[in-house]
Amino acid sequence: MSALLSVAGLRKSYGDRVVLDDVSLSIEKHDVICLIGASGSGKSTLLRCLNLLEDIDDGVITFEGREISDPRVDARAVRSRLGMVFQAYNLFPHLSVLDNCTLAPRKVHGVRRADAEARARELLEKFGLADHAGKHPDRLSGGQQQRAALVRALCTSPTLLLLDEITAALDPELVGEVLEIVRAEAEAGMTMVIATHEMAFARDVATSVCFLDRGRILEQGPPSEIFSAPREERTREFLRRVLPGSGE
Amino acid sequence: MTVVVIGGLVLGLVSSPGWPTMQQTFFDPHHAKEVFPDLLDAIWLNIKMFLIAEVCILVVAMLLAMARVSRSPWLTPLRLLAVLYTDIVRGIPTILLVVLLAFGVPSLQLQGVTNSPFVWATVALVISYSAYVAEVFRSGIESVHPSQWASAQALGLSRGQTLRHVVVPQGVRRVVPPLLNDFVSLQKDTALASSAGVFEAVFVARDYTNYNFNYTPYVVVACFFIVMTVPLARLCDWLTARMRRRELAGAL
Repeated sequence: MSALLSVAGLRKSYGDRVVLDDVSLSIEKHDVICLIGASGSGKSTLLRCLNLLEDIDDGVITFEGREISDPRVDARAVRSRLGMVFQAYNLFPHLSVLDNCTLAPRKVHGVRRADAEARARELLEKFGLADHAGKHPDRLSGGQQQRAALVRALCTSPTLLLLDEITAALDPELVGEVLEIVRAEAEAGMTMVIATHEMAFARDVATSVCFLDRGRILEQGPPSEIFSAPREERTREFLRRVLPGSGE
Repeated sequence: MTVVVIGGLVLGLVSSPGWPTMQQTFFDPHHAKEVFPDLLDAIWLNIKMFLIAEVCILVVAMLLAMARVSRSPWLTPLRLLAVLYTDIVRGIPTILLVVLLAFGVPSLQLQGVTNSPFVWATVALVISYSAYVAEVFRSGIESVHPSQWASAQALGLSRGQTLRHVVVPQGVRRVVPPLLNDFVSLQKDTALASSAGVFEAVFVARDYTNYNFNYTPYVVVACFFIVMTVPLARLCDWLTARMRRRELAGAL
């Protein structure tokens, strides 16, 4: 069975600084891959490389059997199939929540306005944002904004969802409402790659966890294995720091 | 306080040795009344010129700004042209542009091209101001955070679509105050058309002055310009204040 998305020998550097080094990863349909690791370990850069927001220096990325790291590939066509949610929400401040959600379906996917709005309202309703459809993003709380950003990404019915530390900018009490949606999407079978600092969440929803250290995937395996019996010393060290009280 | 300062200034003016002469030559009510209807007619030409120029400037300036922020290698010649245009045009005093176009073009004796000094003076203003306004637009466009580009492109929008639907609307909103400021300035610079022989307010005032050896029309025409620009200046203040209120509301 060929993977939905696969990465082989990916290398990315900014000048002399190597951010990703020989990263290989394979994602099957319905996988939920959690990327964990310290800040600066390359999690976000890896996600940005996957949807071609960053040029890569070496390696091959294949999506649905086609090499998308080829510079001749139309990056827009690829991105339109992938959804991405950012740490800082990145909603469009001059548009209402509804217009945020319908922009890409209408302009990129050619959906008629009425259909796009119906779909967006349905998703907003599902995620408890029905009352906020007409508001501008800055009127919403951080949690609401991030949920709106998730809805915006889901409105294009992406094949794969990339989530970049989407709860890192939120107050602790707002994290739950956002993760709830991600959990529901995981259960519904959405394929996702999630960069996260929420270890409990990763243990719960991930089908596979990757530990990144200095631009390399040092260790990958099911959450039960990574969190209970990590193979690498550096993984143990990292988990000791982020999971106080878990002991050895 | 304000009253004291203004009162002091007026007192200083009135008690100066040359005041009686000045009052006669600059503040003569008879001449003011005499020239008023002619100036009122003439100022409409300034207003007309301003309104026509304003619309054209917005369009030309936006095209220039778009050319300058373009990235596509296909558009490199256009980008260079836009840089050259802005540099050259901003370097030429507006009054020279007005004179060069209004007298230069008719002297070419081109078939089917108008010789109207009104048209060519307006074109000169459009050329001059579009270079300034393009820079204002560009600074607005470039002030939009790169994360907005990233999220628009992550949604699959093209560069053009991102500009059109995401970046330009936000950028333009931010530069409305400096934009209006430029337009206040444009309103006054319609007076430069007088040097091309357009019968606008300043030309009429100068005409009267030359004929009657009295400068009162200049003072009257100055008042006309003040009345014309104040509403726009207040609109500018109001928009700035409203924007600040909105931003603060967003921060809460």
